[in-house]
Formats: sequence, structure tokens, C-alpha cells
Amino acid sequence: MDGDDVRRAIRRMAHEVIERNHGVADVVVVGLQTGGVPLAEALATALTEIDGHDVATGALDVAFHRDDVGLRPIMPEAVTDIPVDLTDRIVVLVDDVLFTGRTVRAALDALGGFGRPRAIQLAVMVDRGHRELPIRPDFVGKNLPTRRDELVDVSLDAVLLGELDG
Amino acid sequence: MRHLLGIDDLGRDGIDEVMALTDSFVEVSRRAIPKVPTLRGRTVAWLFYEDSTRTRLSFETAARRLSADTMNFSVGSSSVKKGESLRDTAQTIQAMGVDAIVVRHASAGVPWQLTRWLDCSVVNAGDGWHEHPTQALLDCYTLRHHLGSLEGRHIAIVGDVKHSRVAGSDVRAFAALGAKVTLVAPPTLLPASLAGWPVEVSHDLDAVLPEADVAYVLRMQLERQHEALVPSLREYTRTYGLTVDRARRLRPDALVMHPGPMNRGIEIAAEVAESSQAVIREQVSNGVAVRMAVLFLLLGSGRPDAHATADPVPTEVPLHG
Repeated sequence: MDGDDVRRAIRRMAHEVIERNHGVADVVVVGLQTGGVPLAEALATALTEIDGHDVATGALDVAFHRDDVGLRPIMPEAVTDIPVDLTDRIVVLVDDVLFTGRTVRAALDALGGFGRPRAIQLAVMVDRGHRELPIRPDFVGKNLPTRRDELVDVSLDAVLLGELDG
Repeated sequence: MRHLLGIDDLGRDGIDEVMALTDSFVEVSRRAIPKVPTLRGRTVAWLFYEDSTRTRLSFETAARRLSADTMNFSVGSSSVKKGESLRDTAQTIQAMGVDAIVVRHASAGVPWQLTRWLDCSVVNAGDGWHEHPTQALLDCYTLRHHLGSLEGRHIAIVGDVKHSRVAGSDVRAFAALGAKVTLVAPPTLLPASLAGWPVEVSHDLDAVLPEADVAYVLRMQLERQHEALVPSLREYTRTYGLTVDRARRLRPDALVMHPGPMNRGIEIAAEVAESSQAVIREQVSNGVAVRMAVLFLLLGSGRPDAHATADPVPTEVPLHG
């Protein structure tokens, strides 16, 4: 996917979010650190443009909620910033790539610290398969079947598929 | 990092790493439910041979916010009263399956000795007149929050340096981060030797205060002074106390710190402790997040020793060691 494809996918997902939730009045868009944050901002911008209402946007770092904490480096610059109480809101979690589902599981756990949302929905730019948990996205930019040893790199300018080194 | 015994174990990189992680745990502490599951299944025990309010509660809060189990031990109601040795007590606690022991003891070096006897992580929560590394870390964090960087800043540490483990760790930490440290105390309240301490010394608080970015007031350790080191407390207050009049010599943007508990009216006036320049309560609240970062680095990060340079070598331990 090139930059235009990514922008079109975000626009389409924005329409789907509005349709599913009958507008954006209660919607809070939360990007998962680090890859999901720029996508969340882009999605929130698209939602505002289409629906005309400002959409609250936050960022969530799930490092301390992962079941493999200790096996991965902690990135201190990846901060959590949830600007509103999530109680009774509809949270749209945004991530760049959906793979095993463990990050999303950790995110669901982490969100519990910020109130009790009415609903949590999941938007991902790429669903690459290989799920290890029963987690399914609500909004998908692109389904991209991959091998386990392949890498998917997502930015606002492109989605790239590569080989794992070695 | 396996143990946190002294500031020198961390070095500048280690301090920076703790500071960066503390940012994350400050954010966790501000959540409606300030708890993460990071240390679920881990157990932290307290081995406090000396009284403590803030350090123990702070460590305990930190451990609980990381979902660790905690095991409390207080000397006053334990078998220590029946003559059980430090070694037996510590090994008994470890045998119950703890991952870390946080120790405070009146004798310098006890945490280092424990690392020779135990397999679990050891955290120094104050040993003798020697070190109190987590206090220094929370002091550094508080200062960085206000000053940005400590590079080139002038910190005056005032008062009973001789008996202060806080001063021992603070001097090392502040110097590691590039600050200039001046100890201001009567000669009787300075250590016998300052060899190797990267500090200047002054006996004139009035002269130092206008140049200082920070006045770090130490507690008069009255319980540790077994001889007359100052003519009288009133005389001490007149010469070295941060009184209201003397605090006026500070620059308006200078900070006032104190490790607590305060002897109000002796080393610091109550009005100064409550002034807008004082960040004493902030030190306490930052302490929880700093200790979360330390416990996480010891028990949760799962990485090999990144900064521990002085991991004590458990060589042959003599039977009666």
C-alpha cells in the first residue's frame, strides 16, 4: 500500500466507525504506542472532518500490562495519555498491525484503569493473521495474510512487507 | 540489575534509566486505578531493623501498585527479640519464597552482606550512616522535574552530613548528574574524612544560600548523636537552621528540600517548609514512582545486569560469616 492507499483506508474506516456508532458523540480514539498513535490521530482527524465534531484522542502504552513484560524493552518515550474519563464512552482502539492479539489483550486490561467504557472497538491498519487469542478487529485497513517470519511495517506513507533478517 | 545497594552501582546511565522509567510510573500513579499487573506473582519482603514511615510505606505502595505480594516484618515483634541473627532471619524470610528483600539497618554494609547470604534481590533502604539510594533517586527526579537538568546546578546540602545516609547517596547522585555540591555544616557534623567526595565545604550558610539553586536541608539526627556535637540546638538553629530570615537570602526560584522527617524549628522553620519554594511533599509522592521503577528494574525487566558494576561476588562464605 502506498500513502494514498493508507489515507483511503483511514477514510473508509472513519466512515465505518461513524456508521457503527451513529456518529462520534461518545467516541474516544486511543492509539496503541507506538505504531498506533499516528494512525489514531489520522483517524480522529478524518472522523472530525466527516462528522463535524471534535473527537478526543489518546495514547496508550501497554508495556506494563503485557504477559511478556521483561522480554521486551520498555520505551520510556512511549507515554500513556488518556485525556478523558472513559466511563460510558465508546473507545476505538487503534493499532498498526494485528498479529497474535496479545498487545490488544494487554490494552483491554490497561483500559480498565481509566474507567468503564460502554464499548471497546478495535481498528487496525493491517490484520496479518496468526492470532493466539480470541480477538477480532472491528475495522480493518487491509487483510494481509503473512508468514510468521515476515515483517509488516506500517506508516502513514506506506504499508511494507519484508523478510525477517537471518 | 540484580540489587540496588548504592548509587555507584547505577552510575549516570543507571540513574537516567530509573528517571525515564519513573516518568511512566508517575503516569500510572495518576490513573483512576493506579495499578499495573507487572509484578504479579512476585513477593517483596521488608526487613526493617529501624523505624521508618515514608520509606517503608512508599516501598509498600510501590510494590502493590505493581501487583506484587508483600511480606511485612518488624523487628519489634519478631524472633530477633529472641536473639535470632540477621543471617538466620534473612534466610528464613527468603526460604518462604521472596523475590526481593528491602532492608534498612543501623549498620553500614548490611545490604552488601545480605547479597552474600541470599539469592534474591536486595534493595538498600538505608544502611547506617552510609547510603539511602532510593532517596537520592527521588531527589534527583524531583530536581529534574523543576530544573530540567542538574548539569552545572549548585546544590547546598546543609546540616548533619556526618550521620546522614541521605547525604551519602545524594552527593554521589548529584555529582554523577553534573551538579556542583557544597556541604554546609559545622566541622563536628561532617564526616571525619571527605576523601573522594566530589564536594566543596563551607561553614557559612549565609554566604552559600544566594548562590544555590537548591538548599537541601538535612535532619538533625538527634537519635544518632551520642555526644555533644553542637553547643545547643538553639545555637545550631541560629547558625545553620533554614530560618525564615535566612531563607530570604535564597533566590526566588531556588528550591528547598528535606528528606523528612523534619524537626520543625530546628533545622528548618515551619514557614519555610510550607513555602512555595519547598518541594518536600513532592519528594514524598515521587518516591512511590521511583521505587516502582527500581522494583521493576530488579524484578520485572528480566534483562541481564545492564548497569550493575559491583554485583557482589558470592565467594566462599565462611561458616560463621
